[in-house]
Amino acid sequence: MSAETLARWQFGITTVYHFFFVPITIAMSMLVAIMQTIWVRTGSEKLLRLTKFFGKLFLINFAMGVVTGIVQEFQFGMNWSEYSRFVGDIFGAPLALEALIAFFLESVFIGLWIFGWDRLPKKVHLLMIWLAAIGTMISSIFILAANSWMQNPVGAHYNAATDRAEMTSLVDVLLNPVALVTIPHVLVTAYMTAGGLILGVAGWHLAKIGKPQTEKEKKDASAYRWATKFGAWVLLGAGLLTVITGDIQGKIMTDVQPMKMAAAEALWETEQPAGFSVFTIGTLDGTQEVWSWKIPGVLSFLATGDFNGKVYGINDLVKKMESEAFTNSDLVLQRESAERLAKVGVTDWVPNIPVTYWTFRFMMGLGFLAMAIAAWVLWVTRKGGLPTPGKLWTSLMFAAPLAPLFGISFGWIFTEMGRQPFIVYGVLPTAASASPGVSAFEVGLSMVLYTVIYGALAVVEVGLFMHYVKLGLPDVSEPKVLTDDDAPLSFAY
Amino acid sequence: MFALEVAGNAPLALQGLWFILIAVLWIGYLVLEGFDYGVAMLIPFLGKTEKEKRVIVNTIGPVWDGNEVWLLTAGGATFAAFPAWYATLFSGLYLPLFLVLVGLIIRGVAFEYRSKHPEAKWRNAFDWMASIGSFVVTLVFGVGFANFILGLPVAAAANNPSLYVVTPSPYFWQLFSWFGLLGGVCLVALFLFHGSLFLALKTKGEIHDRATAFAGKVGLVSIGLGAIFLVSQNLLHPIGPLGWVLLVLAALGLVSAWWFNGKGRDGIAFISTTATVLFVAVGIFATMWPGLGFKGVGDGLVPSPLTAMNASSSELTLTLMTVAACVFVPIVLAYTAWAYTVFRRRLGVENIPDDEPAPALAG
Ligand code: HDD
Ligand code: HEM
Ligand code: HEM
Repeated sequence: MSAETLARWQFGITTVYHFFFVPITIAMSMLVAIMQTIWVRTGSEKLLRLTKFFGKLFLINFAMGVVTGIVQEFQFGMNWSEYSRFVGDIFGAPLALEALIAFFLESVFIGLWIFGWDRLPKKVHLLMIWLAAIGTMISSIFILAANSWMQNPVGAHYNAATDRAEMTSLVDVLLNPVALVTIPHVLVTAYMTAGGLILGVAGWHLAKIGKPQTEKEKKDASAYRWATKFGAWVLLGAGLLTVITGDIQGKIMTDVQPMKMAAAEALWETEQPAGFSVFTIGTLDGTQEVWSWKIPGVLSFLATGDFNGKVYGINDLVKKMESEAFTNSDLVLQRESAERLAKVGVTDWVPNIPVTYWTFRFMMGLGFLAMAIAAWVLWVTRKGGLPTPGKLWTSLMFAAPLAPLFGISFGWIFTEMGRQPFIVYGVLPTAASASPGVSAFEVGLSMVLYTVIYGALAVVEVGLFMHYVKLGLPDVSEPKVLTDDDAPLSFAY
Repeated sequence: MFALEVAGNAPLALQGLWFILIAVLWIGYLVLEGFDYGVAMLIPFLGKTEKEKRVIVNTIGPVWDGNEVWLLTAGGATFAAFPAWYATLFSGLYLPLFLVLVGLIIRGVAFEYRSKHPEAKWRNAFDWMASIGSFVVTLVFGVGFANFILGLPVAAAANNPSLYVVTPSPYFWQLFSWFGLLGGVCLVALFLFHGSLFLALKTKGEIHDRATAFAGKVGLVSIGLGAIFLVSQNLLHPIGPLGWVLLVLAALGLVSAWWFNGKGRDGIAFISTTATVLFVAVGIFATMWPGLGFKGVGDGLVPSPLTAMNASSSELTLTLMTVAACVFVPIVLAYTAWAYTVFRRRLGVENIPDDEPAPALAG
């Protein structure tokens, strides 16, 4: 395998892995902040116990997000040095701002939150988790703005003297239409995942307790019931927003990367109106469809907002790209670097169709599955109703967080593989952006070791996580600020 | 080739400013993570009982992650302000950086996970991960900075005249010249000194006395090794009188730290090693202007074809980043300082609560 192929695999593996922890961090920090706020305002012991319980689960997850994130920051320069040189003038800024504005905020205030229970007054301590949560959100905004720029490189031009892309407007980069819809779509999917996690953990305990007998069981059951419903509402609400934002995203993508949406549909020939296929089989050479099951008009609606709209097929799009090279004549950068692109050369304009087609469907399908579970749970637990413990309930409780979590991974794999062969759409091919000085041996060695380390960490993290899930709600005492220098802290590592 | 050199990306003043800002971020990182590397390396050695180990971990527990962000910001700022520097350096030092990443991963998880399970085997394993991870990162950065003083040889890539690569590639064994190794060992000694002084400053009781005694010993080693390193640096890569002035200041810091540690003045001792880290870093960055720690291929100090002038971002990007830095760096400094005051009290074994009794796993 070439260094470039290995580098692709390495980027895919490490980023998907990082993104298992990120959505939970983004949304769980905020949901824990909400629980703690309710506790501070009402003094309800139930909410303090829930804050501490889900706070612990959040922290176990957070540690992994941090250590895997560091790899991401360095990887661009290590594996993609020509890419880094070519786009650094634009792409570097959001990364630097992310570190300066977001990472400092989240890491300093998370430290204050973890260790501050008996150092800070109640309300100041509450502010710490809010600031950390806001930090995680800002961090996702910057990184997604950077990623959206790769999908749709606005606000930049090509400078022949320096042979690279240079920024013409930061406002354009931050107000990229792709960024404006990607950011909400990704954020709400994070809430689906964290909502599903709270629902799953609390719902599992609720069923286990069954009909509460002792005083303690009554107290626990009431807290778990609250959390189960809270998680279900978050999952359902975020799910609806996900569908709405996803729909808008589809229309914008049809505009800026028609090839990606055609690939998502395995739509070979231009159609008007176009149906949405639930299942498609293509020919072996992959240029034609053999059989498919379609719902008429739906693709036209998804792509254009009109049931009778025209949707371009892959074969027509290839012809257009071959003759014009650049894909969107509005983009100065694509137009100005067309000549350079022709010199660098592109061999295959079509992304991997089976991957884009199926990942798109898994993304949506898993999301709908999670929403259905949430709706069912709300139905079962209405008016004090109790779930029936058993295999079915337990598997649904596992599925509630895992379905959106994997949905997100499929969504990203779709997004990133759907823009191939480009790393910066219509400007820089992925094949031309790897580090020339780095050998397949170096990338391969590091990839094997990353995989081993990440695998071992996954075992440790999942083990710890399940351990604390099973322990359930902790007993708590009202935290107070310590004044005696020799008194034991209520919490320390 | 020529086009690249005259392509004035941005005014020299902005390029100089960003070179200085990146040096400042590195200094923030070395000063702050310097002590938490030192402290973490010492966990298995200075903590005799489990509670003592927990005292050590808790002195850096609330702050290590914030300290690490200085490194991430230095990396991000290099990417944004000097993309060609970031590209050439990070791909050229592929394997060493990979070692750094592995070190950072294992020490990061160690801090967060050691406390989550009471078993002694579990905790010992994470203590060693924290210690070894911190050691590896420190060693690699020490070797790396020594090599920036010597200059990493770069040349244009075979198929891409705009991109420079470190040659020969992979550039790995070449890093370990005697001077490179000396740099690594020196940084380990310096951070052990800096870290044990921090530990003395933040603890009380027996653990405090043990940290002070250790600092007294490692301080002497630091002074000896540091003197050899700094003199060699000024002979190998002279930058005139400034280099010698910085050498004297750095040495004074070390001696003062050792002296005040002996007198039991923990605060001044810690400030003294902080000053040493600062002066050493300023000296190293002074040798890296304008060649960015690179040189042309050949013997001796061949001027680097890649410089702050042709590696920088455009004027617009640098201007925008300057505005952001002016607004946010003071804010970050303010809340970081506040966080340190919240955790200003010394810790002793009496402050460490008993472990939550290992609760039986619910069926
Ligand atoms: C639980 C997760 C989840 C669910 C249920 C959905 N999505 Fe999604 N989707 C994502 C998680 C996601 C994601 C992982 O977060 C992506 C990857 C990149 C991005 O912007 O969001 C994504 C990307 C993504 C893209 C590609 C954008 C690009 O290339 O930049 C489109 C067109 C859609 N989504 C559309 C939809 C539609 C129409 C949905 C429902 C009907 C939908 N998504 C549900
Ligand atoms: C967490 C969300 C993300 C996931 C799951 C993800 C996934 C992937 C995958 C699977 C690939 C491999 C594509 C291939 O085979 O060629 C890839 C490539 C890449 N992605 Fe992403 N990505 C994510 C976010 C980002 C972001 C935010 C950025 C930039 C800021 C980014 C930049 C890249 C780059 C540079 C490559 C390598 C070149 C390539 O092969 O396309 N990705 N990503
Ligand atoms: C869609 C893609 C991504 C999003 C939304 C995202 C968001 C986040 C968030 C919220 C965190 C902090 C919470 C946690 O540690 O779990 C984090 C950690 C981190 N991420 Fe990502 N990330 C993405 C992909 C990337 C990429 C491509 C990079 C590379 C530049 C990156 C760099 C980092 C770093 C360096 C950290 C550690 C920060 C710390 O020490 O606190 N992330 N990321």
